[in-house]
Amino acid sequence: MKSYETVIGLEVHAELATKTKIFCGCTTQFGGEPNTHCCPVCTGMPGTLPVLNKKVVEFAIAAGLAANCTITQHCKFDRKNYFYPDLPKAYQVSQLYLPICRGGGIEIETGGEKKIVGIHEIHMEEDAGKLVHDPWEDCTLVDYNRCGVPLIEIVSEPDMRSADEVIAYLEKLKLILQYLGVSDCKMQEGSLRADINLSVREVGAKEFGIRTEMKNMNSFKAIARAVEGERKRQIELLEYGKVIVQETRRWDDNKDTSFAMRSKEDAQDYRYFPEPDLVPIEISDEWLEEIKNRQPELRDEKMLRYETEYDIPAYDADIITGSKKLADIFEETVALCGKPKEVSNWLMVETMRLLKEAEMEPENIEFSAANLARLVGLIYDGKINRTVAKEVFEEIFKSDIDPVQYVEKKGLSMVSDEGILRSVIEKIIAANPASVNDYRNGKEKALGFLVGQTMKEMKGKADPGLINRILKDLL
Amino acid sequence: MTITDETIHYVAALAKLELSGEEKEKAKKDLGSILAYMDTMNELDTEHIEPMSHVFPIRNVFREDVVANGPDRDILLSNAPASKDGCFMVPKTVE
Ligand SMILES: [Zn+2]
Repeated sequence: MKSYETVIGLEVHAELATKTKIFCGCTTQFGGEPNTHCCPVCTGMPGTLPVLNKKVVEFAIAAGLAANCTITQHCKFDRKNYFYPDLPKAYQVSQLYLPICRGGGIEIETGGEKKIVGIHEIHMEEDAGKLVHDPWEDCTLVDYNRCGVPLIEIVSEPDMRSADEVIAYLEKLKLILQYLGVSDCKMQEGSLRADINLSVREVGAKEFGIRTEMKNMNSFKAIARAVEGERKRQIELLEYGKVIVQETRRWDDNKDTSFAMRSKEDAQDYRYFPEPDLVPIEISDEWLEEIKNRQPELRDEKMLRYETEYDIPAYDADIITGSKKLADIFEETVALCGKPKEVSNWLMVETMRLLKEAEMEPENIEFSAANLARLVGLIYDGKINRTVAKEVFEEIFKSDIDPVQYVEKKGLSMVSDEGILRSVIEKIIAANPASVNDYRNGKEKALGFLVGQTMKEMKGKADPGLINRILKDLL
Repeated sequence: MTITDETIHYVAALAKLELSGEEKEKAKKDLGSILAYMDTMNELDTEHIEPMSHVFPIRNVFREDVVANGPDRDILLSNAPASKDGCFMVPKTVE
């Protein structure tokens, strides 16, 4: 078999985290009863006119600056025409001729190697509605709640060569958008989705091969598998001397292969033309400067700051800044209770473990920094020991309970009364003469057993340090 | 560029229009004269002239990002030819 190179470019759609839609004052909140986040503008009623949401422009510029793009200071919208009921106007307002950002790049790292993935352009556009088939009436039902939600489409250059690079690029992009606050990037809600353009060519070939497109992929796992699967399929075709057809394919993650979508009779012809209902956008140097100055700290900067300001190891900083949500909770908690390394441990170890068990992403964390801070307070005030703290944390993680009230209600506070502890330990010593003997004969391990027995008697509500001290004292 | 029968057929199909023979002839003539006008424009030197993207000399008309619309589903759906379960009902388009 010849050796082949895979060439991949991505078109990533990110829904912007604005409160309202791109051209009307309807809410962008996810969910809701069908067609309750709609108005005459976003349902395409005749005679309505769009008015551009200023925040959309600022978010698109922020994303472009973070991706090292040049901002198109004189830009405008165009109409992309096609008939499909998810688009009530029969056109999508998008940008073809003068996209707001052009020619940037994002650095990714795979297997210790760094490379730049070029950004061809970023443009603004509106999302479409949702179609549901109704089997009873054999018709289609349309919900326009998502119609008009602002999107940016980030078009990469065909610079990626493997599934690993694709995932690294997407992860980097997701973090940038989340840190900017431009998009929440909740993939399961479809607020970040990717179209994959993939072709293969013999190693050393100058021309690109014929590419296929897989649309609307919204899980990293499925994307990695789709890249692998489509690469294999194309190489197999070439090996058998067949040709690859330029087409849109649908990836079926259950069947682990892609299928050609039924191709329309006519090739797509969107007949783009300038959108006459919206006036051009002029981005002044001052406005651009203002947005530049407002750019928040991105991940790499934050990581360095954590090491210096909070004095936590690079390893911790890397894990915590790997999710905007974790980083936010970390900073908020430390602001309340200090002890950055302690807070970092709760996030890196227990939180990560519970997330994994519940098959959740850090973005879905629901507990508050306030309750984690209270828990850390309880530990440092000597109110609870670590074993109890872990139990309490599980409750915080699950239902964001107030640990102070919880510990009180369940009677989980440590017994710090030395007198009580001393009498329990005396009992334990009397009941375990063999271990006492072992310890006196120099077997250090026996002490651990006695501590354990005491702890058991105290139902875990004692400070192991204190038990140790009293035991040694009595022996 | 001249407008051929194929062009009329193609453009009509894209716009989902069904034209009679008479209408096709008329469209061919109309589109032909529009293109002839473009040809006149092409004779001019427009090298250093920025393409006009809007007829009014207005820039930057924006809205602030504030929710202004409440749910008006019943009114919206009253404009639909058919509706069901709070949705617009259209001929089958998804498999
Ligand atoms: Zn609306």
